[in-house]
Amino acid sequence: MDLIQKELEFWLASLPAIGAAKAIQLLEKLETEEAIFKASAEELLKVPKITEGDAEQIVRNRNIEIIKQKYEKMCQQGNRIVSIHDKEYPEKLKTIASYPYALFLRGNLPDEKKVSFAIVGARNCTSYGKEMAKWFARELSNTGIQIISGMAYGIDSYAHCGAMQGDADTFAVLGCGIDICYPRENFELYTYMSNKGGIISEYGPGVPGRAFQFPMRNRIISGLCDGILVVEAREKSGSLITAELALEQGKDIFAVPGRIGDPLSVGSLNLIKEGAVPVLTPTDIIENFHINRIAESKRKNVASACLTAKEQVVYDCISLEEKHISIILEESRLLMSDTMSLLLKLEAKGMIRQNIKNYYTRSIL
Amino acid sequence: MFFHSYCAAIQGIDAHVISVEVDICDGLPMFSLVGLLSSETKEAKDRVRISVRNSGYRIPTKHITVNLSPADIRKEGTAFDFAIAVALLAAIGRIPQKCLEHAMFIGELSLNGSVKGVNGVLPMVYAAKKRQMKYCFVAKENAMEAAMVEGIEIKGIENLKEIVEYFTTGKRIDSAHIPSFAEQKEEKREDFSEVSGQEMMKRALEIAVCGMHNILMIGPPGAGKTMLAKRIPSIMPELTFEESLEISKIYSISGLLGEKQSYIKQRPFRSPHHSIPSTSLIGGGHRIKPGEVCLADGGVLFLDELPEFNTNTIDMLRQPLEEHQVVISRIHGSYTFPAKFMMVAAMNPCKCGFYPDRNRCNCSEQQVRKYLNKVSRPLLDRIDLSVEALEVTYKELVRKEKAESSAEIRNRIKRARKIQEERYAAETIKYNGQLTAKQVEKYCSLAKKEERIMEQVFETMELSARGYHKILKVARTIADLDGSEQILEPHLSEAVCYRGFDKKYWGEKAWI
Repeated sequence: MDLIQKELEFWLASLPAIGAAKAIQLLEKLETEEAIFKASAEELLKVPKITEGDAEQIVRNRNIEIIKQKYEKMCQQGNRIVSIHDKEYPEKLKTIASYPYALFLRGNLPDEKKVSFAIVGARNCTSYGKEMAKWFARELSNTGIQIISGMAYGIDSYAHCGAMQGDADTFAVLGCGIDICYPRENFELYTYMSNKGGIISEYGPGVPGRAFQFPMRNRIISGLCDGILVVEAREKSGSLITAELALEQGKDIFAVPGRIGDPLSVGSLNLIKEGAVPVLTPTDIIENFHINRIAESKRKNVASACLTAKEQVVYDCISLEEKHISIILEESRLLMSDTMSLLLKLEAKGMIRQNIKNYYTRSIL
Repeated sequence: MFFHSYCAAIQGIDAHVISVEVDICDGLPMFSLVGLLSSETKEAKDRVRISVRNSGYRIPTKHITVNLSPADIRKEGTAFDFAIAVALLAAIGRIPQKCLEHAMFIGELSLNGSVKGVNGVLPMVYAAKKRQMKYCFVAKENAMEAAMVEGIEIKGIENLKEIVEYFTTGKRIDSAHIPSFAEQKEEKREDFSEVSGQEMMKRALEIAVCGMHNILMIGPPGAGKTMLAKRIPSIMPELTFEESLEISKIYSISGLLGEKQSYIKQRPFRSPHHSIPSTSLIGGGHRIKPGEVCLADGGVLFLDELPEFNTNTIDMLRQPLEEHQVVISRIHGSYTFPAKFMMVAAMNPCKCGFYPDRNRCNCSEQQVRKYLNKVSRPLLDRIDLSVEALEVTYKELVRKEKAESSAEIRNRIKRARKIQEERYAAETIKYNGQLTAKQVEKYCSLAKKEERIMEQVFETMELSARGYHKILKVARTIADLDGSEQILEPHLSEAVCYRGFDKKYWGEKAWI
């Protein structure tokens, strides 16, 4: 009983000690996966970078039956593997340093003929960040741009969420095994993207999310995209790693400007200082890619005409930042009961939102 | 020959009259005490014997039997000493028996013959009055406390000699008196006007007190949650005599009344620490004592740092919150304590306390959720209002104009409570906070326009049926405060802002 090519690729990609760089090295020296599978420990040790431990692990994990079983299980779960031998393997990715030997996949890879765009940012974001991530993702998606992100909490999730409301596909690059939905709360996103878009990971089934893997996956995010938008980032943030990698790979960097002094704006403002393009509307990004705008931004024109004078007073007190009702009360100088019913009316009109009880923000939808 | 006197045994917050019977007959010299007694009551034997002797009365070397009747009620505590000694003195001919017919004796004896105070005098005196007794002899330190019961003469006694002289030589002992309840003025205490700003919280508290709704305050440390909670009793209507008597009885049993405070004039404010065990919160223990929920009867039970309380302990509040009483069952019977309190809880929005201010709070969404999930869900179901406290700004802090005083707020509340009492005259409930789902439909009906608003709110805010009912209940109270018969749009929209803590509080599905 022999292993077929795909099973061999699966075997090589799932070896825990063999990362992207070592796998490529092995392949360069021994040429085929089959040769690696059959090579003795001495032969393996001749390959640069391969340590005794690595060689031992390769030799030890050669149980054909187990490999076949695992591969079959992965296929049954609806996942597959795309290696550098496949045509499907993204050309863009091959240009980056230490490109992955193979990608595990659920759904599809981004269409290389279309523009792909990454939106990243902080996990503990503000509601301003949340609104921005959703708005940009939706508008870009509506013009056919594919949104790539990391499915983490915060900005990443909101970017996917915004893209879900748009037309184009959206893709997530995970830092854990392909079959693990981390964080669990995003299961809805996970299943959505399995069908419309794709889940991509360098790590095979069952690999738990370890801290060092998450910065690693950032190179894939930046590698797959044509441009990247940082929405909110602290001074030292994972999103900045992604931006830096993207810069090395020659991608366009965009940043949503925040207020000076907010800890969550420091990262993105620093990027702007260093030359990233500050964006004011999704159009700034769309024009950069020379796309004829098919869908005019559906952003609701906040026509003051449809508001009564009092409603306007209350609306003027509300910004994109969360504001508690008692502050609105004080600023509007209206009666408590009036303000409360005006807020309710504005909310019913969809002009403002309450993401957190009694904290109001303007809604840009 | 057979002699007897009267005392009383505490059961729950009431007392049962006990007859102390003494018989002296020939036989082996002996002093035996019978009648289902606890160990400290049995020890009365020695205290009585020695204190009578030390007061200068010789006890004959005969067979003395003392029975505390009815013998099937368990007797605990040391309040029987005095009555036993008096009956014994009658038996040896020092006091005429006829003097003991309409009198009750309550107190513990010291070996030198002096009478000492005990806990729970108030319910005992009340039981004596109900038995149409004329006199009640208590220790001097208990006299003021006992004097709250009108229509019975209270005499404070210092020692056994005094009582013998009173009955034989006609020594004068003045009856204890306190000013009648109506004359007593409520002591001035913390006032709402001392809190600057926080208008929304104050308003929410006013509504909560008015309809006896339970309320939850959420806010960062130092926002004034505790400060405001402490002032809630000052806006509750004054205690009536009946309420005061009930609360004083509980405090009497717990030994919390003293010379200084002979009865409870102000609504209680109890704020147990979050490390409290369940028996102290609800009541119970080997010798049954009322818990914090009973001590808060008629007033406020304030639970600060709600998530830090033990969940099992907090869940025990469910029954008292529904039934407004606590029933503690023991092998000897079950005891009922009143617990008509208003629950006020306070908590931080997250571990660090600053969520959703992202410039200061770096808790992750999961951490925030985890913190909120520590609060027992069934308890939250019983909270009608929740309000967020913001930090006080400097502007508010230095504001010159004085805020509204407690007395003004109290007047509004009294007016609205009257409306409620009239409305529910035919029902078993008294306040809006006690409405059941069925009663909500009956008493909180909406007109077409208001119904449309609620429909909209129900959809946009993803309310549950329970949440919907809570909003209606609160809107009813707001309408009552406004003096409006119908629930109108402003009442509803205000109630929506105070809607309870539900699933979506801090956005359960973070990314939607």
